Amino acid sequence: MKIIVAIKQVPDRDAPIRIAAAGKWIEESGLQFSMNEPDAYALEEALRLKEAHGGEVIVLSAGPERVGTTLREALAKGADRAIHVTADDLGERDALGVARLLSEAIKPESPDLILTGLQSEDLGLGQTGVILAELLNLPHASLILHVEKTDAGLKVKRELESGWFQEIELPTPAVLTIQSGGNKLRYATLMGIKRAKTKETRVLNAAELAPVAPPTAVLEKIALPTKQRSTQILPGTPKEAAAALVEKLRFEVRVL
Amino acid sequence: MSRILVIEEARIDGNHRFFHETLAAGRILSELTGLPAELAAIGDPNENVFMHFSGPVAATAYAIQHPLLVSYTSDGYTLAFEQLIRKLQPAYVVFPHTYQVRDFAPRLATRFGQVLIGDVTAIEAGPLFTRQLLQGKLQANYRHASDGPCFISIQAGAFRADSASGGTTSISTFEPEIDAAQIRTRPGAPFRAGTQTVDLASAPLIVSVGRGIKEAANLPLVEELAQALGAELAASRPICDNGWLPMERQVGSSGQTVAPKLYLAVGISGAIQHLVGMKGSQCIVAINKDPDAPIFEVADYGIVGDLFEVVPALTEAIKAAK
Ligand SMILES: Cc1cc2nc3c(=O)[nH]c(=O)nc-3n(C[C@H](O)[C@H](O)[C@H](O)COP(=O)(O)OP(=O)(O)OC[C@H]3O[C@@H](n4cnc5c(N)ncnc54)[C@H](O)[C@@H]3O)c2cc1C
Ligand SMILES: Nc1ncnc2c1ncn2[C@@H]1O[C@H](COP(=O)(O)O)[C@@H](O)[C@H]1O
Repeated sequence: MKIIVAIKQVPDRDAPIRIAAAGKWIEESGLQFSMNEPDAYALEEALRLKEAHGGEVIVLSAGPERVGTTLREALAKGADRAIHVTADDLGERDALGVARLLSEAIKPESPDLILTGLQSEDLGLGQTGVILAELLNLPHASLILHVEKTDAGLKVKRELESGWFQEIELPTPAVLTIQSGGNKLRYATLMGIKRAKTKETRVLNAAELAPVAPPTAVLEKIALPTKQRSTQILPGTPKEAAAALVEKLRFEVRVL
Repeated sequence: MSRILVIEEARIDGNHRFFHETLAAGRILSELTGLPAELAAIGDPNENVFMHFSGPVAATAYAIQHPLLVSYTSDGYTLAFEQLIRKLQPAYVVFPHTYQVRDFAPRLATRFGQVLIGDVTAIEAGPLFTRQLLQGKLQANYRHASDGPCFISIQAGAFRADSASGGTTSISTFEPEIDAAQIRTRPGAPFRAGTQTVDLASAPLIVSVGRGIKEAANLPLVEELAQALGAELAASRPICDNGWLPMERQVGSSGQTVAPKLYLAVGISGAIQHLVGMKGSQCIVAINKDPDAPIFEVADYGIVGDLFEVVPALTEAIKAAK
C-alpha cells in the first residue's frame, strides 16, 4: 500500500501565547513547534499498515521552513520519504486553500490511502482531511481509531459520541482522518534518526502548486477569551491554598 | 438568497437540547440579517427529530426522505443536502457541531466553493462568528466573504436553548435523487465497547487528572487525593489514550458525561471536548499552573500552582480535616 500522511506542525501545547501586533495571529518568534498530536497517530497507523502489508509511507506537510524538523522526525520514525510544500502565506489561505495545496501535491503520487489527523491543535478546524477527499473525489471516513486492510479495501473503526463506535467498510483509494489514542506511539530510534538523513525530501513551492485564492472565511481578529464565570482563586503557598480549599469544601460545598 | 436554513439531526442519545440550541443560533442570525429561519432534517416527518418541529420553532420545515438515507453516510447526506440547498438557495446554513456534521459538512461546503465556519460559540452583528483557537486559549472572529451560502456549525452548550412561542410549522417532504452507486462507504451498526465497571455518572465526588501529571508513574499522587476525599478517579482523554487509565474513566464528548457535587480537575487545560462532559458539575475546582488555562472559565475555585506541590498538600489537609 502506498500511503500519504498529511502532517501539520503546530505550536507546542505548553508554549506561552502572545497575540501578534496585527491581532490576526500569535507571535511566532521564540515559539517551540511540534507535530500535531492526531497526526502522530496517523503516522503510527500508516507505519503499522506498511509493516503488515508492505508498501511505502510518504509524509506531507505544508508550511514555512521550520516544518522541516517535523518531517525529519517522521522520517526518523520510519516514513520512507517526505514532501514539503513550502509556504509562508498559509495564514492567507482558508482550509479549502490549504487542502488545494495538499491535493495538488498528492495527485501525481496516486496513493492507495491518505491519512490526516482529525483536527489541528492550533486552528482546530477538523476539516482539511474531509475537504481533501472531496477535492480528490475519494470516499472518506473521519474520527478513525483503527484501520484494517481487507480484500475489497478497508474496514475502519470510527469513534462516535459518548463511548459509541462503528465499523465502516470502504474501497481504496480513500481518505481517513485519524483520532488520537488508537495505537501506542513509537519513538524514533537512534538508528532511525541516522537513516532519516539519507531519506528524500521533495520541496514543492506553494505558489506554483496553487495560487492563493481569496478565502471565503476571513479571520478578522483574535483575542483572549472573555471571562464568563468568576473563579475564586485561592492564593498563597501550596499549603495555604490547600487549607483554604479544605475550608471551602467543608463549609460551602459541604463534601467534607 | 432569502433564508436561513437550520439543519437538525436525530440523536443517538435522545438529547434534544442541542436541537434547540442550534435553532437559537439560527434565530440570532435571523434577527441580525432580517432573513427568516427554516428547518430541515433527514428522516420520516412522523418520527424522532420531527416531533420537535411542531409548534413554535419555525414556519417552514423540510423532511428529507430517501431509502438510501436510512443509515448515515457522508456521501448520501452530502448529496441530499446539496440538492436541497441548490433548490432553496439559503444565504446561511446552520448546523449543530456534532460528530456526524463534522464528517460531511466540510465536503458539502466544498461543493459550493465554501469552507464551513465550524464550532461557533457566538454570533455578533456583521455577522461575525466567534470560534476558539488553540484549544480554547484564544478566540477568533470570522467573517464570511463570498456570494455563495455561508456554512456554520454551532458548538454544543454555547447558545441558550430558548423556547419562543406561537405559530405552527408546516412540514414538506423533499426527495433527493440518489443512486446506490454514489454511496461509497458501508456503515456498520453503532456499538459500545466492553462492559462498564465504574459508574462515574452517579459518583458524588470526582478527582480528574490530565496531562499535567506528566507520566503514569505520578498517578499515585492523584489516587491518594481521591482516596482521601472518597472520590472516584477520572481523567482527560490523553491519559486514557496513553493507556494510563482505562477508557471508561474518560470524561468528555467521547467519554462519560458527569455531574457530581464536586469535580476536582488536576492538570487539565479545559478543552471544549472535556468541558462538555463535566460543566454540569455542582462545584468545579481546578488546580493548574497556567492562570489562563480555559478550565478556570468554568471553575468555582482555583489554585494556580504546581500540582506536584499542591496535590500532596491538599491530600494532607483533607486527611487532617477528616
Ligand atoms: C473529536 C474529539 C473528541 C475528544 N474527546 C475528548 C474527551 O472525551 N475527553 C477529553 O478530555 N478530551 C477529549 N478530546 C481532546 C481535547 O481536545 C483535549 O486535547 C484534551 O482534553 C486535553 O487534555 P488535558 O487537559 O489533560 O491536556 P493538556 O491540554 O495538555 O493540558 C494539560 C494542562 O496541565 C497543566 N499543567 C502542566 N503541568 C502542570 C503542573 N506541574 N502543575 C499544574 N498544572 C500543570 C497545563 O497548564 C495544562 O493546562 C477530544 C478531542 C477531539 C478532537
Ligand atoms: N499545513 C498542513 N500541512 C499538512 N497537513 C495539514 C496542514 N494543515 C492541516 N493538515 C492536516 O489536516 C488535519 C486537520 O487539520 P485542520 O483541518 O486544520 O483541523 C491535520 O491533522 C493534518 O493532518
